[in-house]
This record gives sequence, structure tokens and C-alpha cells, in this order.
Amino acid sequence: MTAASWLRHQAPASLQIGLTVTLLWLLAAAFAPLLAPFDPIKTDAVNALLPPGGGHLLGTDSVGRDVLSRILFGARMDLLMAVAGVLGPFVLGTAIGLLAGYSGGWLDAVLMRILEVTISFPYFVLVIAIVSIMGPGLTSYIVSLTIVNWVTYARLVRAETLVLTQADFILAARVLGYGRGRIMARHIFPNAIVPSAVFLMTDAVLTIVLGSSLGFLGLGVQPPTPEWGVMIAEGRTYLGSAWWISLCPGVALCSLAFGLSLVADGVAQVLDPES
Amino acid sequence: MTRFRFLLRRPFELIPVLFGISLISFVLLQLTPGDPVRLLLGPKASEEAIALVRQRYGLDQPVIAQYFYYIKNVLSGDFGQSLSFRSAIGPVLLQRIGPTLYILSYGLILSVVFTLILGVTAARSRGGILDQTIRLICVVGVGIPSYFVGLLLVLLLSLKIKVFPVSGYADSNLANLYHLFLPALTIAISVTPILTRNFRATLMQQMNAGYAVAALSKGVPADQVFWRHVFWNSLLPTVSLFGVVASFLIGGTVVIENVFNIPGLGLLLVRSVLSRDYLVVQGVTLVMASGIVISNLLIDVLMAALDPRIKT
Repeated sequence: MTAASWLRHQAPASLQIGLTVTLLWLLAAAFAPLLAPFDPIKTDAVNALLPPGGGHLLGTDSVGRDVLSRILFGARMDLLMAVAGVLGPFVLGTAIGLLAGYSGGWLDAVLMRILEVTISFPYFVLVIAIVSIMGPGLTSYIVSLTIVNWVTYARLVRAETLVLTQADFILAARVLGYGRGRIMARHIFPNAIVPSAVFLMTDAVLTIVLGSSLGFLGLGVQPPTPEWGVMIAEGRTYLGSAWWISLCPGVALCSLAFGLSLVADGVAQVLDPES
Repeated sequence: MTRFRFLLRRPFELIPVLFGISLISFVLLQLTPGDPVRLLLGPKASEEAIALVRQRYGLDQPVIAQYFYYIKNVLSGDFGQSLSFRSAIGPVLLQRIGPTLYILSYGLILSVVFTLILGVTAARSRGGILDQTIRLICVVGVGIPSYFVGLLLVLLLSLKIKVFPVSGYADSNLANLYHLFLPALTIAISVTPILTRNFRATLMQQMNAGYAVAALSKGVPADQVFWRHVFWNSLLPTVSLFGVVASFLIGGTVVIENVFNIPGLGLLLVRSVLSRDYLVVQGVTLVMASGIVISNLLIDVLMAALDPRIKT
């Protein structure tokens, strides 16, 4: 049975809906320059604060930029933040988890202490503290998330690794004289990855919310780059008179997060039916 | 009281964590760009004045010694001088803790109420339409950014129907029950899905537990089994989840205070980052991290009080 027909006939409904929504946003981001009716950055003071309808489907903001065009281009930034914000912690956390779990001893003890201290810090506050040193922007966002968020992956991978290290096939690999690196990368890693792969999807949702929160607070991606959190913040002062400036990107953000949540839920159901 | 004796040991186990927290905030400060003393005193400061301040904060010493100076200063409540407030940071922090604690506890109380109602409703109609709806709300709820929820509530309940104030903080605690209702509700909406998901799962699990099935088969009414046994036994795992939620809550207030303009630590943190007032950023980070440590300690006490078996 092909993957496509499995998805169409047997996958959980939540996975089907979630993938559809996510795919639509991916397409919107990829073809933003073709789909967007206006320049997302160029201001047009004459046409400021136009309500939805007419030439501007979702209206214009306080400096006359088309809200729909900015949402489409914003999708690029928010999807990029989701992928980049999840990848760093995943790679670092997996490496540390493998190393700690397989090595054991003092290395494990030291790495676990570092993990405990990192966890005891309020997550969002530590991200903000790191951003404050590096200055707002995409780079500091990725670096801070990697420093803060590796812990969950490390814990999940370490737990799996501890069990696998005792397995017969690992013992066999050791008897055959394979090196530590090879055993960790080729034998333990593929078997220890499932729980963190499931968490990866949930984490993508949390990461999008976090990234856009930083944008909203003025600590993330900087204006005039279109980003949904930034756009919501820009419309705050006009909430009573021009609700569309904040509400439209907010709905876009919720729909993407909704799609990804459903994918996460579906993936968990397929890979780990017990929960 | 002997069963609480293990709690006496807990503060000592926290020493490595506190050490780590202080080390991280010290390193953060070391990494900040620019010379803090020159920033503090301004461009016209004399060399003597700079040397004096350097000596007072131990900045003329090697880095290791600086760390101990830093610990000593923090323990005596001296967090240094704020650049933008032109005053000592300690009192500023102290003044900002009140509003933050207020909306944290207000939001937490609302979340507990929502969680109890939703969890029990879902578990009692398990598999039914209510249960499915609540489950969906929990899955989706995690992905709705709290600041957007806040803005929606403002639009609906402050601007369209003028029931609650848009922002601000009143002087009396009683008035704040009304003034801070929307921020607290926003926090509750963002935390409830996490708690409910867990509480519902635990209730389901306990309903299938041997003691519940045995009671049912002996003819004890289902309502009585649920309210006398299952309900109470399900509370404990949810309470233990509060440790994780505490960190989430504190992050949430940072955002919410900025949405509703509440003069707490979160607003201070973001304003200080934007104005590059690094010492204040570091002070707030330290206070919030200590808050997490203290709340974890409180949860341990609460757990021990609820469950006599807990001895670690």
C-alpha cells in the first residue's frame, strides 16, 4: 500500500485535516510572491486603514500596507521560525541524550546536572535574557531556543538509550568490535528516536507560539519584516477602530498552530497508540 | 510530623540548582556588550569615580572573585543600579513582585476551577460528545497564543461591550479582582488545556482501577464511587504537574503583563531588554528563577500533605 493511499483511507481524521491545513500554509509561503496582490513592505499613506473588501481583501494597516500580502509573506517567516526553532534543540538534545545515556558514569552525571539547572529556569524568561544579550532577531531566537529547549529531547533520548544499551543486539555490536560512535549513530540512534520525533511536532506548535510572542513583544523578528506576531502588535492601538490589522494575522497563526497540533495528535496516535 | 522530615533535606538538595542559576545569570551579565560601569556613570565620569564604582562592585578583581562579590551583593539585596530608573534595582524589583504574584495566583485559581469542571465533565461523559469536544479544545488550545486571546477578550469585553477595563492596575486588592479579571482569565485559558488533558486522563485511568471496579461490582452507586474515591485519587498527579506549569505560568505573565500594561516583573523585563538595562534584566531573571525553585518546594510540601506515602 502506498503512503498516499494510506493517508487517504486509513490515517486518523485529525492527521488528514492537520496535514491539509499545514500543506496549504506551506504552499502559501512558497508561492507568496505570486499569490500576494501587493508589496508587503511598501507603505501607501493614502490607502491607510482601509476595511476589508474592495481592492484589499483583508484591508490595509496604519501605513497602508495590504494585510493579506503581509500575512502570506509572514507565513514564510513563521514557518521558518518553527522549523529552525525545533531543529537546533532536536539535534543538540539528541546528541547529549545519546552521549549521556550510552556513556553513563561522570559524563552522564554532569550532563544531567546541567539539564536540571536549565529546567529550573523559567523557559521563556531565559530565552528573553539570551535575546537581550544578542539583540533581537532570527539568529538570537534560534540560538536561545537551542540553549534552552534541548532538555526535553535529551531526556527522551537518554531514557530510550538507557534501555537499548542493555539490548542483545547492542551487546552483539560491541562484541563485533564496533566503535562507540558507530554503535550510537547506527544502532542506538534509529531505535531511540521515536518518542522525540513524536514530541517534535508538539514542540513545533509551542515554538511558533513562542516565536510570535517574541515578535509581539518587539524582541523577535524586527519590523518592517512581515511576521504574524509583529503584525498583531502593530494593530494593537487600532483594535477598536481597525480590528482586521491584528485579528487577521491572529487567525492565520491560530489556523497554522491548529493544523500542526492535529498533525502532532495524529502522529502520536499512529506511532504510539497506547496514549 | 515525622512524615514531613524529608522536607528538611530538600533545601539542601536545592543548593546545586541555586548555584547553577546564579552562575547562569552571572555568565549572562559577563556576556553583555559594553562596560557596565561606564554605561552607569555616563561619558563624562571621572576616572576616580569609575575606579570607585569598579571597586565597590568588585569589578577590579579576577572573574572568579567577581562571582563571589556578585553572590554576596545579591544575597544582601544589592542588585546594582538601574540605568533607566537611576536608582537601586532591589527596591524596584520588590515593588514589581506584588502585581505579578497577584495575577499569577488569580489566574491559577481560575485555571483550577476550569480544570476541575472540564475534567470531571469529560470523564463522566467518556467517549461522548462532551468528552470529544473537551479533548479537541485541549489539543487545539495549546496552539492559541495567550496574547492573541488577551486581545480578543479586550476587543470583546472592553471595546465592544464595555464591561472590563482595557488595561491597568488598581490600588486595592479588592478592586483588582475586577481590574485584573481579563488578564487572569487569559492566563487561565492558556493553562487550562494542559491541566485538563492530564486530569481527564488520570480520572479515566482511576475509573478503571481495581478498587473502583470492585466497589461498583459490590453495588456501590457510581456517583458515590466517583466522588468519594476516584475524584480524590486523581488530584495528586495533577498537583505534581504544577511544577511544569509554574514555568509556563511565569512565561505567560511576562506576555500578559505587556498586553494589559500591568506594572509587574514581566513588563519590567521586556522594557529593560528594549532599553538595554542589563542589570535589571538579570535581576528579574534571578527573581523569577528563584520563584520557580520556591514554588517547586511548595508543591513538594503540598504533595506530602496530600499523600502520606510520599517520602523521598
